[in-house]
Amino acid sequence: MIDKLWFLIPELILFAGVVVVAILGLVHSNRLRGWVPWTTGLFIVAAGISVPLVYTAEAMETSGLLVPGLAAPAGMIACIVALGLLLLSIGRVDQRYELAIAQGRAVFDPIRATGGEFHVFFLLSLAGLLLVSIANDLIWLFLALELASLPTYVMVAMSRGSIRAQEAAMKYFFLGAMSAAMFLYGFALLYGATGTLVLTEIQASFADQIARGELGILAIVGMLLALLGIGFKLAAVPMHLYAADVYEGASVHVTAFLGFVPKAAGVIAFMILLSTLGWADGAGLPAPILIMLWVVSVLTMTLGNIAALLQKSVKRMLACSSIAHSGYLLIGIIAGPGAGFNAAMLYLLIYGLGNTTSFAVLSSLQRGGVELESVEDLAGLRHKHPWSATAMAISAGSLLGFPPLLGFWGKLALFIAGIASGRLVLVLIAAINSAISAWYYLRLVGLPLMADRNERSEAVESIHAPWPRLVGLVLAGMLVVLPVILGLLYWMTDVSR
Amino acid sequence: MSWLLILLPLLGSFVIIVSPGRLAKQLALVTSLVVLGVSVAAAFVFDGWGRGTWELTSSVEWVKEWGLVLQVGADSVSLILVLLTTFLMPLAILGSFNAIKSRTKEYYGWLLGLQAAMTGVFLAQDLVLFYVCFEFTLVPMFFIIAIWGSKNRAHASVKFLIYTFTGSLITLAGFLTLAWSYAQANGGDWSFEISALTNHAVSALSLHEQAWLLLALLIGFGVKVPLFPVHTWLPLAHTEAPTAGSVVLAGVLLKLGTYGLYRFVLPMCPEAVVEWAPFVAILSIIGILYAALICWVQTDVKKLIAYSSVSHLGFCVLGLFALNPMGVEGSILYMINHGLSTGALFFLIGMMYERYHTRDMGELGGLARTMPIWATFMVFFVLASVGLPGLNGFVSEFLCLIATFTAGGSGAYPGVLGPWYAAIAALGMVLAAMYLLIMVGKVVFGPTKATLRHDEQSGLPVDLTVREITVLVPLAVGCIVLGIQPDLIIDNTATAVADTLAVYQDIFEESMPGAAAFVDTSLPGGAR
Repeated sequence: MIDKLWFLIPELILFAGVVVVAILGLVHSNRLRGWVPWTTGLFIVAAGISVPLVYTAEAMETSGLLVPGLAAPAGMIACIVALGLLLLSIGRVDQRYELAIAQGRAVFDPIRATGGEFHVFFLLSLAGLLLVSIANDLIWLFLALELASLPTYVMVAMSRGSIRAQEAAMKYFFLGAMSAAMFLYGFALLYGATGTLVLTEIQASFADQIARGELGILAIVGMLLALLGIGFKLAAVPMHLYAADVYEGASVHVTAFLGFVPKAAGVIAFMILLSTLGWADGAGLPAPILIMLWVVSVLTMTLGNIAALLQKSVKRMLACSSIAHSGYLLIGIIAGPGAGFNAAMLYLLIYGLGNTTSFAVLSSLQRGGVELESVEDLAGLRHKHPWSATAMAISAGSLLGFPPLLGFWGKLALFIAGIASGRLVLVLIAAINSAISAWYYLRLVGLPLMADRNERSEAVESIHAPWPRLVGLVLAGMLVVLPVILGLLYWMTDVSR
Repeated sequence: MSWLLILLPLLGSFVIIVSPGRLAKQLALVTSLVVLGVSVAAAFVFDGWGRGTWELTSSVEWVKEWGLVLQVGADSVSLILVLLTTFLMPLAILGSFNAIKSRTKEYYGWLLGLQAAMTGVFLAQDLVLFYVCFEFTLVPMFFIIAIWGSKNRAHASVKFLIYTFTGSLITLAGFLTLAWSYAQANGGDWSFEISALTNHAVSALSLHEQAWLLLALLIGFGVKVPLFPVHTWLPLAHTEAPTAGSVVLAGVLLKLGTYGLYRFVLPMCPEAVVEWAPFVAILSIIGILYAALICWVQTDVKKLIAYSSVSHLGFCVLGLFALNPMGVEGSILYMINHGLSTGALFFLIGMMYERYHTRDMGELGGLARTMPIWATFMVFFVLASVGLPGLNGFVSEFLCLIATFTAGGSGAYPGVLGPWYAAIAALGMVLAAMYLLIMVGKVVFGPTKATLRHDEQSGLPVDLTVREITVLVPLAVGCIVLGIQPDLIIDNTATAVADTLAVYQDIFEESMPGAAAFVDTSLPGGAR
């Protein structure tokens, strides 16, 4: 019992944070309430520091987990990116209401305030992500995945007062419920095929089945259903349909969150589930599963990129691009344990940083009190906000994978892993997709830095709080500088260690 | 010293960004002159002249798991191209003093960043560094075209970037596949070292695999050169870019493509190259003739020069794929010569444009009367570009064509091309003389157009200023020196080229029993 609790320390820290922040968010004192985001950050930092201390290589060896190496990299990546996501939301959550209170136009009313709740759900979802990485049976995996997702439905709904956010939340929730039903059904079939819920035992059972001939149909169908259902978290085709609408409907700081945490949970769940197939022994995946992953990866990146080309709204564009990035991530998954999973984890971190940067810049800007809508709103940003414009351009360059920015090295890792596993065609398709994505990422470079201002963008100003802008600049700097310590990042995201 | 050549311009670029804007151009000029000094010093220290060795090498370990080691170094061919870069850059900066009036800090910062990347390409000894620099050259050029270009700049810059980016991604996939094949053969140890990978490619890849590698590399480098039919980005980019942008684009950036062909395609997939050389040669001949014909009907002077680059670079590629020392040396010489003469032509057109704000041949005329100094330079560089014996263009064009002519069968210069290729390509020389001289006739001579007004606002006198003459004179001197003494380049690179081509000698000896060894690297009959 004590052993198990020791193992859950990072998650327990986050849960403790949930309690503290929930109370702090309801305090009448404006000053104390102002501490909510910082307290949240404190708990995230504490959890992040505890991750490498708790999930040491020795501890993981005896943990009995299926993929023991996942926990430490996943935890560190999650906490690092979450810190950025948290900082870009400061000043965004409850923006108008808090301002009104500060100016004495309104009094604090716990029913109306959402600041505390936002941070509570933030921490809960993050804890869910961490729990996914140490799942040892299917029930745990299901609960952890849902813990990562459920708070995000609420976050979308309450992110802004408009009806669009609520519509987005409904859409997200219903489709999310459907996907949960789907992968739960898949889990049930897996249970039927193996007679156990424990992942290591499933692996043994699969190995047994393969040794005796081939995997039963029940197992394959179960696995396919589970993967498709979890594909919803990744926004992988065909479960991607919600993404553009939900991302657009939610407020920008929630969209940034949606673009990373559920996706990371999905990627890690993919790795864990696929590892039950005894992949590490060099046997490779059963053909139906491999074909499905291959097709999903190609469709995801291609449809994501093509859809992004057509967007006028900047958030929809980034939403579609994040679909495309899921497609790239799947290359690492297909490439398998070792180089492939490592590359996927490294890419997850690099994508997370790049994506957070672009959303941080968006989060730092407003037009007439509301967030930016059209890509054209960014035109000529450099006139008033040269640094934000530069940060936007850098993040777009990194997401595009342009050397020497960080994004390039992530793609390089994926391509190397893909080629090393013999998936040259897949890599070529990804390369062509990168080229397609250049069209719309270049707009994010060109409009802020080169275009002249238009009527709409004249009115763009920065929001009151300096933090989103600051985090955008710092992250953009990291996208430029971090390649120098690429070896360290590689070590940090090494799953096979 | 190699690192210094890459990092100094970068440092200068940072200094410019943080310093006040009015100092930008002086700082840029000083930086580029210092880099020129360093490169000249490097040329003196360099031990590899006339030998095939790699000197000035240095390496930094980076990510062990992927075998990433950043390595730099130079052999005679790369150092000559580095010298071309460092020589052109101060001129490009000096040439922009009057033309660039807005956002000067960024402009000079990008120019120096571009220089760092180009030098990095020539000095890289490992594929990853090479690729990073090769790709990074796109970024400064993209901004230079997109911010300081003329009317259609947005379209031109995006087209430029997308074309080259797409091409090089395919090349990257080719490189990675090669590196993976190397890793497999070496028990999972990755390496991106160019020499190791080249040896591996030659010894371990089958003809079939080499052919795929050839295709992947050809797509990336072919776009950059540019080869027909992926040349369409070039006229647009050249026409829209500001003067210095066009100069650097024509002078150095296009050479990244031919350098890539020389450094990677020829040594890495020799058997496939022998198989496919006629195909590449036909593409370059189509490029030579097609672009020349377009030049003939061109009315925009700058576009004419841009298309002439496509035509000229066709000779360069043809020389490389003649696969004998004469052709390859001619081709290397051509890279330098084209950089000098076409660069100068772009300067001249830029200077004229600053005064008259038109590039339309229909509106220009009789400039010899109003701008005699300009006209003298114009005629001089056009003649150099046409290939007037005594000036630089002649030797290299002649070498490429002779090499192609003799590169058939099993004679002294075995190869897979032959007289027909040379004969048809030679038509390009005739066409070049026609379209360039027609252009000179219309613009420099002929009646002065009454509508042509010198723009008083430009702050420039009617004829060239001392600054502008300072830009042109070094280029003119270069043209004359290389016209009279091409040995400066040919002799010094001979051994490096011979080493690169050694593998072809073996192939030809095997496939054509009568083939003599490559005799020596000099011209037949002592023509030079």
